[in-house]
Amino acid sequence: MSPRITLATAARVLRQLRHDRRTLALVLVVPPVLLTLFRYVFDGQEATFDRVGGPLVGLFPFISMFLVTSIAMLRERTGGTLERLMSMPLGKLDLLLGYALAFALLATVQATLTAGVAFGLLGLDTAGPVWLVVVLAVGNALLGMALGLFLSAFASTEFQAVQFMPAVVIPQLLLGGLLVPRERMAEVLEWASAVLPLTYAYDALERATQIGDLDAELWLDVAVLSGSIALALALGALTLSRRTP
Amino acid sequence: MLNSTAISISGLSVRRGGSLVLPDLSLAIAAGAVTGLLGPSGSGKTTLMRAIVGVQQVEAGTVTVLGESAGAPVLRHRVGYVTQAPSVYGDLTVRENLRYFASVLGVAPGRVESAIATVDLGPHAGQLVRTLSGGETSRVSLAAALLGEPDVLVLDEPTVGLDPVLRRDLWETFHRLAETGTTLLVSSHVMDEAERCDELVLMREGRVVATGPPGALLERTGARDLEGAFLALAEARETS
Repeated sequence: MSPRITLATAARVLRQLRHDRRTLALVLVVPPVLLTLFRYVFDGQEATFDRVGGPLVGLFPFISMFLVTSIAMLRERTGGTLERLMSMPLGKLDLLLGYALAFALLATVQATLTAGVAFGLLGLDTAGPVWLVVVLAVGNALLGMALGLFLSAFASTEFQAVQFMPAVVIPQLLLGGLLVPRERMAEVLEWASAVLPLTYAYDALERATQIGDLDAELWLDVAVLSGSIALALALGALTLSRRTP
Repeated sequence: MLNSTAISISGLSVRRGGSLVLPDLSLAIAAGAVTGLLGPSGSGKTTLMRAIVGVQQVEAGTVTVLGESAGAPVLRHRVGYVTQAPSVYGDLTVRENLRYFASVLGVAPGRVESAIATVDLGPHAGQLVRTLSGGETSRVSLAAALLGEPDVLVLDEPTVGLDPVLRRDLWETFHRLAETGTTLLVSSHVMDEAERCDELVLMREGRVVATGPPGALLERTGARDLEGAFLALAEARETS
């Protein structure tokens, strides 16, 4: 791998997004708007909004980057650009890290904007520091990106790729504790949730926004999350083969 | 000039989607020449080119390019490949596409402008690729392969749908590159392009029907044109 190629790839991905202003606008505007919606859906129930609002700020980037990456990589695979890159002196890691860098940057902007609206305008309370929520959001964005990149190998059309969103993301959101605390679920589901990466992402966000202690449990979550990102990236790398049938 | 071999293939067999696309192919391609790979659609031209570039999973046989096994990491700087479908980013401009590929290849950014000029896309350099016509888009793809000044250029039907004047100019470019030592393998299903090649490889149903310079093939078959020569050679093979 080479830093030159990694940076060039990140710049190229960002340039593609810059030409697609509508996607960029949707990625940046939709999360704050949805949070505003949540705020008024839970009108008069500030406690509930405080409980789910904080973690949501950190979960939106996961969903956005999962979707954007799975479509972007599917296009690379079906459009022949991936094959071209694989016949060039580009390391698989250059491509993976290039995408990661570009989307981490976009997620930082997205999460900062969402956090600004949530904690500034909507009066959302967080027990821990806002920067921690933003950092966790960027971590979740990377997890979403890595999973999207991996799963794009199993889709042959964009229709299939977008269906991975409800199939992969919604169960994790349901089981992660966002709607119902995990210990109140059927026992089987509680076990299942223990192996899903978003459970740890949610737990970290909950600890950061509700408890505010940067305790060992939080760092354990962060460690699991980092491991999951690395694992998803490694699985993604396996789907980038230089030789295809 | 045609005395050395750039690409040698022996006993190559490739299976795609359950069927044997190339059953047992052996072939040598001369260095520093324009070799035309001709045959009808479905004759295995693209599969053969993919095997030479090293992006094709092969079942058996060896493919050696510039003394290295096809697809070897050192060859990624030395072999340029243009697929039939233009593999460029539709949501980037012509120049942005080429700048990206130039930095992946590690060539000077100045090469971008000369590659744009070679394929005659100067007026469209700042335009998004998805707004270009099909022929223009395939020229962007060709320009990307020219960036790295590779020693071997593998071009899969690069002139389909192009204006005749530009087609002639591109063939001149191919010959100019060959004169500087580049080995070119150009596929086509149009026989009238055959006469522009130094060497020909005629393919049918995954097998090499004949090889040689266009003049020699005409002489051997006594045909008036290469279309006739191809027919004569294909029929001779069927009856033998």
